[in-house]
This record gives sequence, structure tokens and C-alpha cells, in this order.
Amino acid sequence: MKPPSVGTSGIVPQPLAMLPWKVILLVVALGGFGLVVLYSAAGGNLYPWAFSQGVRFLVFLGMAIVLSRIPESVWAFGALPMYAVVLVMLIGVEALGAVAGGSQRWLDLGIIRLQPSELMKPVIVLALARFYEMLPASEIRRFGALWPAAVLIGLPAALVMLQPDLGTALMIVFGGVSVMFLAGIPLRLFIGGGLGLAIAVPLIVNFVLHEYQRNRVLTFMSPESDPLGTGYHISQSKIAIGSGGWFGKGFLNGTQSHLDYLPEGHTDFALATMMEEWGLMGGVFVIVGFGILIGWGIAVSMRAKSRFGRLTAAGLSATIFFYASINMAMVMGLAPVVGIPLPLISFGGTAQMTVLICFGILMSIDRHGRRVQRW
Amino acid sequence: MAKITEAAQTYSFSRRALVMGGLQGGVALVLAGRMAWLSVFENERYRLMAESNRVNLTLTPPRRGWLVDRNGVPLANNRTDFRVDLIPDRVEDKARVLEALRQILKLTPEDMVRIETELKRAAGFRPVPVLESLDWERYAATLVRLPELPGVQATQGFTRNYPLGAAVGHLVGYVGTASAEQYQKDKDPLLVAPGFKLGKDGLEKTLEDRLRGTPGAKRVEVTARGKLVRELATRDDRPGQTVKLTIDAGLQEYASRRLGNESGSAIVFDCHSGHILALASMPAYDPNAFSDGISRSEWRMLSEDDHIPLMNKSLQGLYPPGSTFKPATALAALAAGVDPKRVVYCNGGYTLGNRRFGCLGRHGPMTMHTAIARSCNTYFYTVGREIGINPIAAAARALGFGAEHELPLPSQRYGTIPDEAWKMRRYKQAWTQSDTLNASIGQGYVLVSPFQLALSAARLASGRMLQPSLLHAAPRNFAPLPFPAEHLAIVRAGMDEVVNGHGTAGASKLQLEGIRMGGKTGTAQVRRIMDANRGQGGAWKYRDHGLFICFAPVDNPRYGASVVIEHGMGGARAAAPVAKDVLTFLFDRKQAVDRLHALEAEWGGNIAERMAAKAQAWKAAQAPQPPTTAVVPEDPAEAAETVASAAANASVNAIDSDASSAGAQEPVE
Repeated sequence: MKPPSVGTSGIVPQPLAMLPWKVILLVVALGGFGLVVLYSAAGGNLYPWAFSQGVRFLVFLGMAIVLSRIPESVWAFGALPMYAVVLVMLIGVEALGAVAGGSQRWLDLGIIRLQPSELMKPVIVLALARFYEMLPASEIRRFGALWPAAVLIGLPAALVMLQPDLGTALMIVFGGVSVMFLAGIPLRLFIGGGLGLAIAVPLIVNFVLHEYQRNRVLTFMSPESDPLGTGYHISQSKIAIGSGGWFGKGFLNGTQSHLDYLPEGHTDFALATMMEEWGLMGGVFVIVGFGILIGWGIAVSMRAKSRFGRLTAAGLSATIFFYASINMAMVMGLAPVVGIPLPLISFGGTAQMTVLICFGILMSIDRHGRRVQRW
Repeated sequence: MAKITEAAQTYSFSRRALVMGGLQGGVALVLAGRMAWLSVFENERYRLMAESNRVNLTLTPPRRGWLVDRNGVPLANNRTDFRVDLIPDRVEDKARVLEALRQILKLTPEDMVRIETELKRAAGFRPVPVLESLDWERYAATLVRLPELPGVQATQGFTRNYPLGAAVGHLVGYVGTASAEQYQKDKDPLLVAPGFKLGKDGLEKTLEDRLRGTPGAKRVEVTARGKLVRELATRDDRPGQTVKLTIDAGLQEYASRRLGNESGSAIVFDCHSGHILALASMPAYDPNAFSDGISRSEWRMLSEDDHIPLMNKSLQGLYPPGSTFKPATALAALAAGVDPKRVVYCNGGYTLGNRRFGCLGRHGPMTMHTAIARSCNTYFYTVGREIGINPIAAAARALGFGAEHELPLPSQRYGTIPDEAWKMRRYKQAWTQSDTLNASIGQGYVLVSPFQLALSAARLASGRMLQPSLLHAAPRNFAPLPFPAEHLAIVRAGMDEVVNGHGTAGASKLQLEGIRMGGKTGTAQVRRIMDANRGQGGAWKYRDHGLFICFAPVDNPRYGASVVIEHGMGGARAAAPVAKDVLTFLFDRKQAVDRLHALEAEWGGNIAERMAAKAQAWKAAQAPQPPTTAVVPEDPAEAAETVASAAANASVNAIDSDASSAGAQEPVE
């Protein structure tokens, strides 16, 4: 992708002109489309979802722009300390849950409820990128390149699994493993690991997962077997998407969502709500939008000058990819229902925050890459 | 060295990042493909599913067509009512809901037991009636509390109404909710629509297709929680057809009432058209009560009654015709060339070998005319033996015996007209002379239904092969009977003599100016006479049946009829007076009705009043017993059928065993 044009007129201040406006516009388009969907999901009403989501979106986008001003070196320097802080927060959540006598995912900071597991998604990428940057190139095929990464991924993933939150744990693992792959860990390990998973997954499903998690997996295998129980979500979601056709039933005309047949139509199943009214065109718009965003992220990683920048940019793009694609696959009955929202579209601050943090860091690396280039 | 490795690493990164980007692009394509598959290729299917989610179709049961008599008087119509149902699937707290309903609707413990049983039996989608035809106050009270009673449904609808009550019970039958099996078979959603009822017996059952009509429908948009959003479209129901019967409602009611407390039947034919004017069988159930769904105790009362109110005796009761069969024997004798003027001397019986076949009296010299009038057995023994059984059987069949007739009613029994071939087939035994003697006076193997008796009277009177009809239609022409008019005139003259001369039914002469009734009495044995009562007293169920066939006016017959009184002890005594009043009703209503009122005062009220009193007494007698022993059959019609045919079989068997030892039989009349 060719670098975003940089304003030269002088009227626009240099820092603003430096921003990748086209990509920001794309993110705004996706987020704005999300607001339109939420407006319809509430029956043609700004409340209770669209307005607060819009306000939050602006706040987080502003934050992303602020994050983009932070130099790449600061991210590199702070990666491991941030990882430690988030890990402690995760342990804190677990301890708090144990004290309160129930499982808990968030820390109440007074102003917001913070989900440390959510913060861990970008932070694990930063931490691993930092680790592989520090690792001498010659070490990459040694065991020493492997176990620290495994520990860095395994600890938070295990803590999140304890919450229990299968979806987030999976995303932490996927994000981390992506960075390991990009860092150059021998391919045979991934192939071997893949085979190992193929054997381990059925065992895990049967003996490790919670009842509700196992049900979700089993339901995914055959949603029609239980049309009124756990399979209800997937069946109704497929009905919503399938009934939309090429161009959908029209804005505010979705029946599945408005008559409550589609559960969670404003959160995890927002894509179904959207596609019922906007049809295949709406769905393709979202896929293409995320595709350009992720493609831009990969381009940023290619341009990045430091190994940390490369690994971080590609890793964060992978995180956004996993976020969006797992949700879409789930909503369309291609993956088990694991409770991952569609970033920028679904109602809820956490996914929005995570993705915009990723976006902010990506912009920061982008800026660094271009500045280095210009020198 | 390190530099090169780092460069290699950068190269490896670019390669792997591209691989990753490619994989991600591949996933994006798969996702887009899946979207297209669902929303374009499977669009049809999912659109239908979304529609069926959104739109809820409720059927409104059609108003059932009326059954009217020949003058347009309704025998079955509909009245508006309010009803409350339970949808088992939607009930959340059964105990609480039932208790609330009990208080609001003032349900009796019996109702509660019935509802509980039906709730257990019902599939989740099938509404269970809680209470039907309730008054406005209780309906309104239920409406008010509906929001807190999930699963309860209060609707306004139509209930079948039978203005004549039990008087038309066996004729029109009754309606009821469809059984689970019917729904499994037809899968017609109308069958489980609340308030929908279909014919279960009688005309209601056989005319179901014409009476049902087309249901109305209401399409409503509903949310996933079942909340109504808006009505989309409504289609009105199309009521079923009105079916006009040949029945004369007044006569039907009169005949039923006139049967009083007896167990029996009265059938009246129009001799010109073959129209059935009355088809009464008593005692009967009240179809209004049956259509509401009867309670356990009502059911037990009906099924345990020895008068078998669940059986339509006019078509399903089989009796030896006794002397009412003699006109057939007489016609056969005339056809065989017996001279009606020939004199047979009655010395009180007939000897065949060493067996003595008795007559009721010593009648002295008898011609055919006097033999019919006085019902002399000796005469018919003599001519019967001369001509043999086969001509007698042929004459009986020509009069309509031994056959099933085309009627829109669910079941009839055709009885037995025995002949040589029949006996060989049935018992693997040769026909004997004593069999002929018994058959010629309507005993032995001969079995007929009251309906056939009435038809025989109408055919005799009209001289035509009348075909019975119950549905009003254009008049038909009927072929003449295979008997010469002179022969028929001789028999009719004999029957005139029975009532209006020196005959057995002189007491039942019509009290009308210029209108005479011709008739023939009959008394049929139920069993071999072993006790001192000889069928004329003792236990009710061993008494003789009383039968009577008749027609009027004698000169130009218009009506033919039969009356059978089970265990009435004699045709002249029990059946002829009823027939007299029923025919009187056709010519002089006031006289007949006055007489009925006098009788009903003796009996303790009209049918409904007596049935209510009986139910009361029965309940009082049953009170100490726990109400859980009897099982209410799911389909009363089926069960009624079983009860009726069991009873009919029992009586046939009893007669068979009597008949096989016919030699020892004491003759009657």
C-alpha cells in the first residue's frame, strides 16, 4: 500500500497532517456503521445503545490518536512492565473473585469497569515482540526462544481460562502464537503443534471445559439438534443473515432483531442484526473494511524499521483479524459461540477499546516508520 | 555474521507476514462466501423461517352448519359462549394457575380431576378446556387476571346447541374435541384450535364434511416471547352448510317423550316419500352435555345403566319380531297360493311329531283375516310349514328385513332372516320343520331391528319398495312391492281388524274422527321360559319385549311406524298405546300433547327433569365411593360404540341359545 499522502499546504499543522487520515476515515466509517446498526437494534432509537457507543467511540478514537503520538521506543521500553502490570491485575481479578465467592472478569476502578483480560490482548503482542527483539538472532532456533514465550502466553491464558472466558483466552493464545510465527520459530513446531491440538482438543472439550463451554462446542457441531436450547442463538442468527438476501430487508425493517427472535442482537450477534437489514452488501462492506484495515497494518509492519515494530504491527493486525473473523465465523455458524463481539460494530466498550488501542499503536509504528524513511 | 542473520530474519519476517496476510485473506474469502451462501443461495429457506417466526397464524373454528328438520326447525345450532382453555406448554406454575382458576371460575372438584387428567394426557400444543359456556361475569373475571396466569386463554366462541336435548341424542349424535390420534393422522391445525369440535356420533359424525365449514384465520405478528405486535390480516370463517333432514322435530320430540321411562324406540315413516319423520331411541344421553365433555360420574352413570342410554336401539337393537312378523308370513303364504278363505282350526296349538307348539288361546276356526287379527299361532304354524322357510324369508326381505339400509348414520345392525342356506352356513346343521314353525311366528332365529319393523310397516302400507331417507331431497319414485295388490289388501285388512275390530290391540284405537290405524302386535321372548312368571313379570331384564307395527290412515296410508318397548311384556300392552299416541300427534296435536302431559305428570316430569333427578339420585348413591375408580374414555363415541355393541351381542347370544332349543319354547300370543 502506498503511504498516506502527507499534507504540504502548511495550513494544517504538521502533527495532524502526519496522521494516516484515510485509515482513520475507514475506522470511523466502520464505527459509524456500527452506530447505525445499534440505532436500528434499539428499534430506531439512539438509546440505550447508539448514543453511549458513539460517545465512547469518539473518546477511544481520540485516545488512539494520542497513543499514536507516543514514540515506538516508548512502547518497546514499556512492553514488559505493562505486561507485568496487566498480569498482576489478572491475578487480582482472580483473587477478588475468590474472595467474593464467584467468578469475576473485571476490576471496578470507580469510573470504568476494566477487564484486564481485554488489555492483555494487545499487551501480549507487545511483550512477545519485545522479547524476540531482545533475543539474539542466532538464538531463534533454540529452545531458549520457545519456553519464555510459552510462559508469557501460558500464564495469562490460564488465568483467563479460570475466569472462565474461553474466547478471550483463545485470542490471547492466537495473538501470542502469531507473533511467535512471525518471529521465525521453526515451521515444524507449528505443524507439530497443530497436529498436537487436533489430538488434544477433543480431550480438552471432554475433560477440561465447563459444562456451558462444552455445550457451546457440541452445539456448534450440530446446532439443529437443540433448536430451543443452546442451538437457538446460532439458528436464529443464521435465519437473520439468510433472510437478508442481497440487499437486506431495509434499515429498521429487520424482524428477527426487532421481534427479539435474535438474542444478543446488539452485542455478539450485531453482524446478524446488520445483515438482516443490509444484506450481503452490508456484510461485504464490513469484511472489506476490516480487510483494508488489517492489510494496512501488515503494510505498516513491512515498512517498520525495527524488529519490535515489525512484530508488533503484524501481531496487532492479527489480533484485530482474530477478533473480527472469530465473531463472524461464530455468527454464521462456522465456529462455536465463544462470546467474542464484533469490534467497532457490537455494543460494548471493551472490544472497542482494545481495537482502538491496537489502532493507536499501529499508527504510532506507522509514524515512526515513515519518519525514519524520510530521513 | 550476526548482521546476515538479522537480514535473513527480516526476510523471513516479510515472507511469513505475507503468508499470514494471505491466510487472513483466505479466511476473509471463506467468510464472504459463507455470507453469500446464507443470504443468497439459502435466502428462500431462511426468509420463510423468518416469516414463520414472525407471523403466527391462529385459526378461528368455523361455525358449524345447522341441522334443521323438514320445516326448518333447528335440531342442532350454535350459541355464543365464553370459554377458558389451558395451553399446557405455556403454563409455568401449574398448581398456582389451577388454584387461581378454581377460585375465579368456581370449579367443582370433579372439574379439577378432569382438567388434571386431561393435562396429563394432552400434548403441549393442544388446549385443554377448563370450562366452556361460562357466564359473562366469570369470563370477565378471568380476562382481568389473564396477565398473571400464563397459559390461560379466554375466548369467545360458539358452542353446539341441541334445542331438543336427549330427544335427538342418538339421531344427531354430538360433537367433541379431536382426539390426539385424529390430529396425528390429519395434521390439520384446525383440529387443535381451541373451541373446535367435530362430529363424534350420529349425523354430526357422518355429515362432518358438510357441517364443518372453513375456518377463519388471523395472521398476527408476534415477538419471540409471544407478545402480539399487530394484526396483519384476518379472514372470516365460512360457516358449514345447513342440512335439512326429513325429521319432523315436533314428532321426534313427542315420540321420544312418549317413550317415557321405558327403554325402547319409535320410528315413523312417511309412506309417500320414504322420509323418516321420527327416529327415537330412549333413554338417550343429552348431546348438549356430551358436547361439553362429560364428567367421570356422568359417564359412569350412563355406561352402567341397564337401559343402555349409549345405544341407538332403533338401529342397533335387535329383537325377535314375534307376531309383528306374521304379515310377512301371510304375504308369503298368499304368494304360494294359500287361499285366504281357507279355514285352519286352532285347538290351542300345533303338533309336529311328538312336539307341541302352543298357541295363546283356542281360537277355533281361523281364516287369514282372523288369524292376523287375533294373532293365532296355529294358523301360521300350519301355513308356514306348508310353504317352507324359503318363501317366508324372501317375503321378509322384500319388506326390508335382514338388510342394512342406506342411512347417514354410523352403524346399524341388519339382524337375521334365516333360511336353509343360512342355517347350514351358520350352524352347519340342516334346517328343520320346527325351525320353520318358529320362524313363521317371528321367533327362533329371526332377528330384526325396530327400524326394519317400521320400514316393513311403511312398505306394507304403501305397497312400494320405499327406500328410507333421512336427508331432505327431491321425492323419488319407488317400484311396487313384488306382491299383488289384493294380497296386500288382505294383510292390511287383517291389520285393520287388529286395532279396529276383534283384534289384539283394540284398546289402542285412534280417538279420531274418520281416521283408523292398522297394526300388528308382537311379543318376543327374551329367554326360555323357565320360571313361573313366563316373561310377564319378575326381573326386568327377563321380561318379554313388546312390539307394534302400524300404519294410518287405513284407507289411504300416509304413515308407517313401529314401536318397540324392551321388556315391556307385550305389544298390545306396552307398544301399541305409544304408537297410538305418536300417530295421533300427526293428526291431532292437542289430543296427543294433553295425553303426554298427563303421563309425564305421573312419571315425574319431562325428559330433562327426569334425567336430572336420576343423575341426582345416582350421585347420592355413589357418594361414598372415591371418584378415582372409573376411567373416562378419551373418546366417548368409541366407548359408547363398545358398550352398545357389547349389549347388542349379549342380547343376540341370549336369543341364539334360546332359539337352538326352540322345541321347548312356549308360544306367545
